[in-house]
Amino acid sequence: MARSGSIGAHERCDVTESVELNHDGHGGGDDATRRDFIHIAAGAAAVGAGVMMAWPLVNQMNPAADTLALSTIEFDLTKVAEGMQVVIKWQGKPVFVRYRTPKEIEEAVDTPLSALKDPQTDADRVKEGHSQYLVVIGSCTHLGCVPTFNAGDYGGWFCPCHGSHYDTSGRIRKGPAPKNLVVPTYEYVSDTRVKIG
Amino acid sequence: MSDHESTYVPKTGIEKWLDSRLPIIRFGADYMSLPTPRNLNYWYTFGGILTLCLMVQIVTGIVLAMHYVPNTELAFASVERIMRDVNGGWLIRYVHANGASMFFIAVYLHMLRGLYYGSYKAPREIIWILGCVIFFLMIATAFLGYVLPWGQMSFWGAEVITNLIGAIPMIGEPVLIWLRGGPAIDNATLNRFFSLHYLLPFVIFGVVVLHLWALHTSGQNNPAGILIPKERTPKDTLPFHPYFTVKDGFAIILFLILFAVFVFYMPNALGHADNYIPANPLQTPAHIVPEWYMLPFYAILRAIPDKFGGVLAMFGAIGVLFILPWLDTSRVRSMRYRPTMKVFFLIFLVVGVGLGWCGAQLPDAQVVPGMPSFQLLDGQLNSYLWLTRLLTAYYFAFFFIIMPWVGLKETPLPVPHSISEPVLDGGIPEKKG
Amino acid sequence: MTIQNGTRSAVFKIVASAVAALSLVAMAAPATAAGGGAKHPRSGGFSFEGPFGTFDQAQLQRGYKVYREVCAACHGMQLMSFRNLGQPGGPFYDAHENWSPAENPYVRALAAEVQVPDIDTETGEPITRPATPADHFPSPYPNATAAAAANGGAAPPDLSVMAKARHDGANYIYSLLSGYVPAPQGLKMAPGQHYNPYMAGDLAPFWEGDEHHVPPGGFIAMPAPLSDGQVTYDDGSPQTVDQYAKDVAAFIAWASDPHAVERKRTGFGVLIFLLLFAGLTYASYRRIWKGIAH
Repeated sequence: MARSGSIGAHERCDVTESVELNHDGHGGGDDATRRDFIHIAAGAAAVGAGVMMAWPLVNQMNPAADTLALSTIEFDLTKVAEGMQVVIKWQGKPVFVRYRTPKEIEEAVDTPLSALKDPQTDADRVKEGHSQYLVVIGSCTHLGCVPTFNAGDYGGWFCPCHGSHYDTSGRIRKGPAPKNLVVPTYEYVSDTRVKIG
Repeated sequence: MSDHESTYVPKTGIEKWLDSRLPIIRFGADYMSLPTPRNLNYWYTFGGILTLCLMVQIVTGIVLAMHYVPNTELAFASVERIMRDVNGGWLIRYVHANGASMFFIAVYLHMLRGLYYGSYKAPREIIWILGCVIFFLMIATAFLGYVLPWGQMSFWGAEVITNLIGAIPMIGEPVLIWLRGGPAIDNATLNRFFSLHYLLPFVIFGVVVLHLWALHTSGQNNPAGILIPKERTPKDTLPFHPYFTVKDGFAIILFLILFAVFVFYMPNALGHADNYIPANPLQTPAHIVPEWYMLPFYAILRAIPDKFGGVLAMFGAIGVLFILPWLDTSRVRSMRYRPTMKVFFLIFLVVGVGLGWCGAQLPDAQVVPGMPSFQLLDGQLNSYLWLTRLLTAYYFAFFFIIMPWVGLKETPLPVPHSISEPVLDGGIPEKKG
Repeated sequence: MTIQNGTRSAVFKIVASAVAALSLVAMAAPATAAGGGAKHPRSGGFSFEGPFGTFDQAQLQRGYKVYREVCAACHGMQLMSFRNLGQPGGPFYDAHENWSPAENPYVRALAAEVQVPDIDTETGEPITRPATPADHFPSPYPNATAAAAANGGAAPPDLSVMAKARHDGANYIYSLLSGYVPAPQGLKMAPGQHYNPYMAGDLAPFWEGDEHHVPPGGFIAMPAPLSDGQVTYDDGSPQTVDQYAKDVAAFIAWASDPHAVERKRTGFGVLIFLLLFAGLTYASYRRIWKGIAH
């Protein structure tokens, strides 16, 4: 204790000396501000250096280049029977390709937007002229479980984890999920083939 | 450490030499002779039990990491290889897996003890807050560890819990992708979870040191809730060793018996069978449930119909513990002298267990089968959804309404002036019979 | 306060702590309950149940035979090696001989009956050769996609840890395999599906009968795999579906947790030690606290 006390005293002496020296050398009260500025600038540089060193450590956790290389897949729609769905894997997630029956399409189209939590028309969710095929990412917008096909109160999907009900257009109708099942970017490369991604 | 006069006298030359350079023996000796309230009961042994749990988890974890492979293709098989081919690997892995549950049993009892005897009240707020930090880190560590065997529950647990972060408005989605290292839970996620699971126990260890430092600065609380350092008299205290080392030791052995029953006779009873199915990103298990120690918080998450609201409530349920020292308005620490609060505490216990029960049920299932019910807002009244909401309401009311209000209104029983008073006068009142 | 009083309250507190701990543990129970409306599995009356139960070696040998001749056509057991069959506690372990699992002649013969894929060390061409004890059980399909494609979209699951991957594993496997019954009238079934009352699932959407009497169980892609007399037993055990199902369930239970018997035996010793240790420490505790009011 005694030793550390004496070191403190020394430091204080040095500081007093330097203050007096500066005072003698340059005169004027501005020096105190300038000195403060130098210390603040040095401190800011230290913080900046810390942030610059931390950033690569944080950034390395973002998706790596190979992960980011977005994959695309093609899918032959003739593999889906009417009234059924096929699950394919895209970017580590399931994608539902559903061949809807006329009754299911009718139900989806006839639903008024006012009945929807996340209003979107059925036409916005399918490609023109291909309204029988619905392509959605099979990941519940609540917490990411895979909803089960042809279940729930609205005949679309039902998420077993926390009870979200989706309709035949993949729109959220009941339960904790906030959004409709996401429609991925896809296009028809021919009448019976889609390219997802 | 601060108020306790050191009684250590170095005897040999070597001890003197060491003591003037690194007084580590003095530190240990002072720790062992620390004056400890003589009325500490068995609820006060969980600190020692928890220290043991942390050590067991760190040691078995380091050993398991020598054999485990953090890769989505190999993780499941590497865990099974530990169970089948590594010498005694089944024992180490079962100890580690059940050790997590034992750790949580002990930490919950430790926290409830603190709650009951008012161990969070001044001057012990920092001890309590550090304890809450440890609890939060334990939850994080347990979650990360549960992902590593890469079974179905591992994968879908990771999916659901990381998605909670995605619920945060604006920054949720980028943070989610940053955390997972890709659009979905995959190899990058497993690898970093392994790294963090290895790291966090050492962070916990560091916070435990601070927790003990703070404890030895403010002095231990005790069942009577009286006695702060300056009031200590030799009549109130006993040296930590041998009185409390032997008491803690006995409790630790009883705890180990419970631990051993699980490890050797029902090693998978606390887990879920689905976690022996390798992870499949295309198929969610029919019924996702977290490990039992997360169930009450999981129930609170599901009680709120809004996604972000649910996440806030769940974290709020842990967060409220941090401000507990300022929610309790009572001048009396121990609930032993607070008959009204004691009743609310017992209800709180039941509510906590009830929330855990609800967390394991399907929200739409009937609580009382066959009982007539009616639709209330978004669910049947006779459903776990509404029971969970009722219990959640009590959970928060206990901290935000009951604690401040009862503290102001109730008339506590007379509190003895010192620990030695009731002890030496023939029994602490409530212990009669 | 007298010592007597202190002891009694201490004992009370220990009991109270134990009760509190167990009530927390009890919350795990619903988590392990099987989902869906499946029928509760029947008991196979297995010898390995309970804290002192051990595997019946003859049953394990028969079970291996059923697996090899029936199940292995579609189901892999990737985590199993042939050497495991000869390890202590395994179906072909002989306590009287000083064989290592790899030297065990039964194991060598059983391995050699099976062809495994390999790479020719000189040409680098893919070949098949008889298995050695160190080889893993070969999988019937090259990958999961091929397995699904060959089985109408449902890949037959690996059986290595099946008894741990289902609630009440051994009884479940036994009940499922021996529990096939014709589908009830009024159940809509897609082609390639079969009805089993022990399978997890919810048949309500497919049921056209009385909505309060939905049949238990679910759909399973696997047709009833066993039939009477299908596998020849040399030890005189009945060659029935029920016996086959029991034997193969026992074999899978052993394969899922091959150290189970060793674990329970170790546990017995550990518990005896801990109880003695607890007694000694309690005596020490009583001695140290003797005459100390607290």
